[in-house]
Amino acid sequence: MEFEVNGRRVSVDADPAMPLLWVLRDLLGLTGTKYGCGIGACGACTVLIDGRAVRSCQLGAADAAGAKILTIEGLGSEKRLHALQRAWIGHQAPQCGYCQSGMLMAAASLLGQIPHPSDAEIDAAMTNICRCGTYPRVRAAIHAAARTPKDAL
Amino acid sequence: MRRRSFILGGIGLGGALVVGWGVLPPRSRLGTRETLPPIEGDVSLNGWVRIAADGKVVIAVPRSEMGQGVYTALPMLVAEELGVGLAQVRVEQAPIDAIFGNVAVLTTNLPFHPDQEGTDLARASEWIVAKLARELDLQVTGGSTSVRDAWQPMRLAGAAAREMLLAAAAKHWNAAPAQCSVVDGEVRHLDGRRLALRDLIGALREVPLPSEVRLKRAQDFTLIGKPAPRLDLPDKVTGKARYGIDVRLPGMLFAALRACPTIGGTLRRVDPAPALAQPGVVRVSTLPGAAGGAPAVAVVARSWWTAQHALEKLHIDWDEGPNADMSSDWIFARLRGALGADDGVTFLERGDGEAGLARSVLLVEAEYRAPYLAHAALEPMNCTARFAGGRLAIWAPTQVPSVLRHVAARAAGIDEDKVDVTITMLGGGFGRRLEVDFVPQVVWLARDVAPAPVQLLWSREEDTTHDFYRPAAVAKMKGGLDANGLPLALVARSASDAIVSQYVKRTYPSLAGGASVVDALDKTTVQGLFDQPYEFPHRHVAHVTHRAPVPIGFLRSVGHSHNAFFTECFIDEMAIAARRDPLDFRRLLLEHHPRHRAVLELAAARAQWGQVGPGRAQGIALHEAFGSIVAQVVEVSLARGAIRVHRVVCAIDCGTAVNPEIVAQQMESGIVFGLTAALYGEITISGGRVEQSNFPQYRMLTMAETPRIETHIVPSDAAPGGVGEAGTPPIAPAVANALYRLNGRRLRSLPLRLAAS
Repeated sequence: MEFEVNGRRVSVDADPAMPLLWVLRDLLGLTGTKYGCGIGACGACTVLIDGRAVRSCQLGAADAAGAKILTIEGLGSEKRLHALQRAWIGHQAPQCGYCQSGMLMAAASLLGQIPHPSDAEIDAAMTNICRCGTYPRVRAAIHAAARTPKDAL
Repeated sequence: MRRRSFILGGIGLGGALVVGWGVLPPRSRLGTRETLPPIEGDVSLNGWVRIAADGKVVIAVPRSEMGQGVYTALPMLVAEELGVGLAQVRVEQAPIDAIFGNVAVLTTNLPFHPDQEGTDLARASEWIVAKLARELDLQVTGGSTSVRDAWQPMRLAGAAAREMLLAAAAKHWNAAPAQCSVVDGEVRHLDGRRLALRDLIGALREVPLPSEVRLKRAQDFTLIGKPAPRLDLPDKVTGKARYGIDVRLPGMLFAALRACPTIGGTLRRVDPAPALAQPGVVRVSTLPGAAGGAPAVAVVARSWWTAQHALEKLHIDWDEGPNADMSSDWIFARLRGALGADDGVTFLERGDGEAGLARSVLLVEAEYRAPYLAHAALEPMNCTARFAGGRLAIWAPTQVPSVLRHVAARAAGIDEDKVDVTITMLGGGFGRRLEVDFVPQVVWLARDVAPAPVQLLWSREEDTTHDFYRPAAVAKMKGGLDANGLPLALVARSASDAIVSQYVKRTYPSLAGGASVVDALDKTTVQGLFDQPYEFPHRHVAHVTHRAPVPIGFLRSVGHSHNAFFTECFIDEMAIAARRDPLDFRRLLLEHHPRHRAVLELAAARAQWGQVGPGRAQGIALHEAFGSIVAQVVEVSLARGAIRVHRVVCAIDCGTAVNPEIVAQQMESGIVFGLTAALYGEITISGGRVEQSNFPQYRMLTMAETPRIETHIVPSDAAPGGVGEAGTPPIAPAVANALYRLNGRRLRSLPLRLAAS
């Protein structure tokens, strides 16, 4: 089975029913994407497929084959963080940090579709669960990233 | 009716104990150069500080980072005294050593009323318990004690290191130490000469530990008291941060398990064949219950999903055991029965509670209750272990490395010094990771597959159904007002199970004698009920401990999490009976508590108490917990039959706010955690099983439901209080109090449900 993950072509020998989350974590060693509930309820496993947020615990490997997948490891580069990552630090959003990979990927998907979302649009799109209660800072960080000029992204 | 009293003020602890005062000053926690493992090219200065070859200051943090910011707040204490900025600091998880034992976690849990602090009795008891803490080597992150415990030893470690830098530089320059100072992470001579730390490493090896150090005065602080960006965040936004489930070792196997779904049940039999038939499955193991955990069946495979998938193919025959008919309704009935049948153990007696009630002109009575709660840390329980070369290595997201090592050694049947523990980042703790029930499980699996390492990860469903729950509790509250509507008496009696003796029993069974004495001293049952500052002439607080088979444990803010609801709602009920504004009524009860009054006033002022738009109402609550005082004013409305919280104004006096940004974060965190419990949190039991299993049934607050939160900090240079838990207790009563003002209905049961009242 072949995928494109963070711009690199990879080939894995996986059970076709194995969810993408476990392909990423256990077969490809990309542990930034987290397991939280296994039923698509918490969003900790969110990745982008063709720019759209997908809960990777709900997508079988066979259904993801051939897709362009972006995980937290590919959101920014070694040299330059993504505007969302910078805003996350600027607003001191994470606490335990466990849900934040998924939060960031969901936010990246949101800004891809709505470059300047309102509070209501953020609330509607950001359904990820954070047990530490970082929601107010995450919301503020999304607004801040949305204000970043496009060429700085 | 039986009547017992176990007020610590009544124990015959004599003055002789005071003699030992100062024998164990905080300096005994400085450690030596040998405490920190040596690394080529570095130099250790004491147990907490090393100068690295690249000039970075490596600071050992003996507490676990679970979101509360200890990887930033604790290094700030050292850096402040040392004279270096945080950019020059590298954090390292401390090894297990006696100097890192958490003394405050025990001393702050003695059942003293805050008004007794500083008395000879309190100090004598604290001294004994501190000594015990050192001997037990309790490396614990919990009880909002990290900064409180580190406040002296880590500043002293920084100051001692500074003296060594000065001595080394003075030697290098052939100058007097008094001519040198540490500024911005380098040593400077009065004449303008400078030395980088990396150039001092050789000289530092020759310098002895100082015999005397001086700490900075609060007004000279340059780091403490100012917001500083957290050191752990860059790795947390890039996916680099390593949690327990991210441990990856060569040849590592993955395990999933199913524990007995019925509380107290056992495994009858399981046929491993259906799992073993799955490709990638390595073995099926059966695991006895230990360290409080339930018996389980585990599947080991080459990926976690493979293991979990194969596990679901098994037909496991459980013996449901003695609790197969147990329900939470039955437990509540028994708790209410216990309240009626037993006067319980008295934790506070001021004046005469019953006589005060008898003399009252107006009586207020109410019964409150709170359900079991699960922790639901987003990272489910997990642990990784490897048996190789006669040693056991463990990687764990844990709040208790020293307890974990003890339990792992016992499960493995080897000495503790053959066990190596590595603490990872914690994907939430909230008290769940004070438990080590998963440790024997992973140790036995590692033995079964040795020398391969194995990572055990519980599914979310296992995590929710096999927690150590916040105990269910009921309380009978009685208040009395005199003819002028002034408060005269407050009598509270509560019933719940008690945590501490059970925690000791499952972690250190050899110490588990005398459970009834431990229960009688277990402050967690009444914290938030007996220790609040309100100045009633007559007060009486007692607790009835009533055992139930449900496993219980410490959940963020512990007893405060429900007792604040009981106390602060009832104070509101008394205010209404007295026909006084709830804010005024509280002021009246805080005449001799200016710190509490100031916090209350600050919250009320910033929230514009009394000014609220149509369709909305305000509620207020004040609570002291973990050495900090918090007041919250909320604004609520009802929309389509649902409770909507719009705004929370939070004021806190936490003494010195070491990093005000982290304090604000923790208030927001505590409020969201407490609001989640207030609106949705409930674990129920039916047929001896926990009924909730994943987030749809155990609901979490979402971004859309989260109110605007603002935090205001009272300026103070008193010693720091805890902030990790103090934000949680006041939110539920503040919301309930606002709901009463909105629609005249008093909700006395958690979670707050409009339909049930």
